[in-house]
Amino acid sequence: MADAAGIEIQDVLKTYDGVRAVDIDRLRVEPRSTLALIGPSGCGKSTLLRLVVGLLAPDRGTIRIDGTPMGPGSRLALQRRMGYVIQEGGLFPHLTARENVVLVARDLGWPEARIQARIQELLELTQIPPEILERFPTQISGGQRQRVALMRALLLDPDVLLMDEPFTALDPMIRSDLQRELKEVFDRLRKAVLFVTHDMAEAAFISGEIAIMNRGSILQRGSFRELVRNPATPFVTEFIRAQRPLEAPDQSPT
Amino acid sequence: MTRAARLLLTAFWTFVLASHAPCARAEGRVTVGSKAFPESWVLAEALAHVLRSEGVADVAHRNNLGGTEIVYQALRAGGVDVYPEYTGTIAQVILHRATSATLDEMRGALSKEGIGVSDPLGFNDSYALAVTPRVHERYRLETIGDLGRHPELRLGLTHEFLGRPDGWPGLVRHYGLSMPHVLGIQHELAYTALESGRIDVTDIYTTDAEIERLHLHVLRDDRGFFPRYEAVWLYRLDLERREPRALDAMRRLAGRIDEARMIRANARVVLGHRSYGEAADSLLAEALARGPQRSGAPGATMWGAMLRNTGQHVKLVLLSLLVAVLVGIPLGVLAARSAWLGSAILSVTGLLQTIPSLALLAALIPLFGIGVVPALIALFLYSLLPIVRNTYVGLTTLPSPLEEAAAGIGLSPRAQLFRVRLPMASPAIMAGIKTSAVINVGTATLAALIGAGGLGEPILSGIQLRQGSLILQGAVPAALLALLVQRLFDLVDRAAIPQGLRLPPPGR
Repeated sequence: MADAAGIEIQDVLKTYDGVRAVDIDRLRVEPRSTLALIGPSGCGKSTLLRLVVGLLAPDRGTIRIDGTPMGPGSRLALQRRMGYVIQEGGLFPHLTARENVVLVARDLGWPEARIQARIQELLELTQIPPEILERFPTQISGGQRQRVALMRALLLDPDVLLMDEPFTALDPMIRSDLQRELKEVFDRLRKAVLFVTHDMAEAAFISGEIAIMNRGSILQRGSFRELVRNPATPFVTEFIRAQRPLEAPDQSPT
Repeated sequence: MTRAARLLLTAFWTFVLASHAPCARAEGRVTVGSKAFPESWVLAEALAHVLRSEGVADVAHRNNLGGTEIVYQALRAGGVDVYPEYTGTIAQVILHRATSATLDEMRGALSKEGIGVSDPLGFNDSYALAVTPRVHERYRLETIGDLGRHPELRLGLTHEFLGRPDGWPGLVRHYGLSMPHVLGIQHELAYTALESGRIDVTDIYTTDAEIERLHLHVLRDDRGFFPRYEAVWLYRLDLERREPRALDAMRRLAGRIDEARMIRANARVVLGHRSYGEAADSLLAEALARGPQRSGAPGATMWGAMLRNTGQHVKLVLLSLLVAVLVGIPLGVLAARSAWLGSAILSVTGLLQTIPSLALLAALIPLFGIGVVPALIALFLYSLLPIVRNTYVGLTTLPSPLEEAAAGIGLSPRAQLFRVRLPMASPAIMAGIKTSAVINVGTATLAALIGAGGLGEPILSGIQLRQGSLILQGAVPAALLALLVQRLFDLVDRAAIPQGLRLPPPGR
């Protein structure tokens, strides 16, 4: 029997005023694997993520989450099987970090004991000091906000994780810490992860597999090494070259 | 207000409140109404005294019921059983007929509405134009026709006079006048303006006490334009069955009050600063040759009256605000849901705001009578817009990452609204409620025009009587109340707006 879990995008077209924002024949994120989706801004990666979460409906084609097609009837149930981390976290400022984390569980009517137990598990996993949870989002650092946002996304123990440039707004030191932590979490939890970024170094670090996107289409999918060695189009070459100087200085003493 | 707007409003309220009985008309109860000027109060109070002295158990006098439109609608709706009116006004304003109509013609037409017309009281209170002695001498004005020679004269005319066919528009046609400087002004303020030389001519009533005090020169109506304004009682015909003593009382007063008596009674109130209850007693003493009697209305102390008026004011403001909050927030939520619904709801609530308050009150009386109910409804309608609009704006301007998080993390639509969107919009919503509350404190002074009491009562009376101290007894508490409301809502904000939204913005 075919493994239908993970994210499956088939023949999906989304246009805005006749302009193709997303046009993908086929893209799968297998269960227990991480795919980094990379491309310049405006390439359609955020639109793709909104299609997957069900915030947008495609003009044609289907998106399946764990085998179930996304649609108005299935959206809410499917959203609860996905964790969604938005740029800059998307934490609600009127709620404390803890209230943000448990919001959906409360909505689902989880008993208090179950919520407490789950928070304990997640505190260990994300290594957030417990007192952080009692503060409001404006009272904690950007890095902590992203950890809390990850915690919120993981609360229902989803099969699928969607991350939309989660570290873009952070300074480089904190960013590198978080990237390492996140990779560990991914390795431990083994979920289907779609990680959207515009930073090739981050993509290469987080995931063994990278998909390059431009003008709504996936140009090439493979490991960083494959992309560098056998670029499918001149754009892939250009894109990688533009990012290279970031990893250039290897003469420096360690 | 146009006929179409009134129909629309009527339809709207008929729809909203499918059934509503006006005021219960109990046995043995007579409500005397009066318009918002002293002569009307004194006459109504005099009738009330006679009724009480004849043993009618429950006699109420609702004064300050605005102009003809408001008090007549109140009579038809049953909020008022009887009030003093003038034949010219009945013919022109109520029946839309020529002023030459006879009393019997008026009776025939009004009986179809269930309204009766009593025999005349005995004096004619007609419109006239008057000037100060200084203007009289300077321009040598004797007749209304003389005005035509001096188009530079400044006229301050009451709004009712300006609007009535038997007022300024008819007068201009009749005399072929062309006066470029005409301003609308409130009747009592017109005397102040006349006295201080800001205007040269105003319309007066022929029984005004001010004629004596200011030595006004009344311009002769040499071409016979102004109709007779004989004072009569307009009453509900069902009084004959319910309380025949009321008809006896009207009969007793018929023909007993002439111009001289009326001017004296008006002067006692306006110039002598006596209560209209006292003036009514003196008038009755002259008219019915009866001894002075204890007037029915107990004399309240200033502080007591202020406290009572403020309490009533607060009640009007808070009740109407409460309903506006309960209706306005859901309407704002609905408006934020779809574009066409949003523009429809915001247009209608915006439109309500543009209806002049007097027109709105006049339109509400046929449906709800007079008193607290129509006042609350008017205040409620005026409170809606800031609440609906701020709710709408608060909900539709959430920062887009939060909008996305609310819709994308698996919250039910209900939780999205109640746990995220509404709390996030609460600062805007609270600002809207605060705006409505402060505006309401001011607008509620108009409630006195339809007998709902409140701080408008001393203000209206004070303007009528030109007693600054009386105006202040209403205006000062109203201003303090507005400040208090502001303060109170700063406290309410702490409870209604989540703590996280009241934190200082993070330094980056």
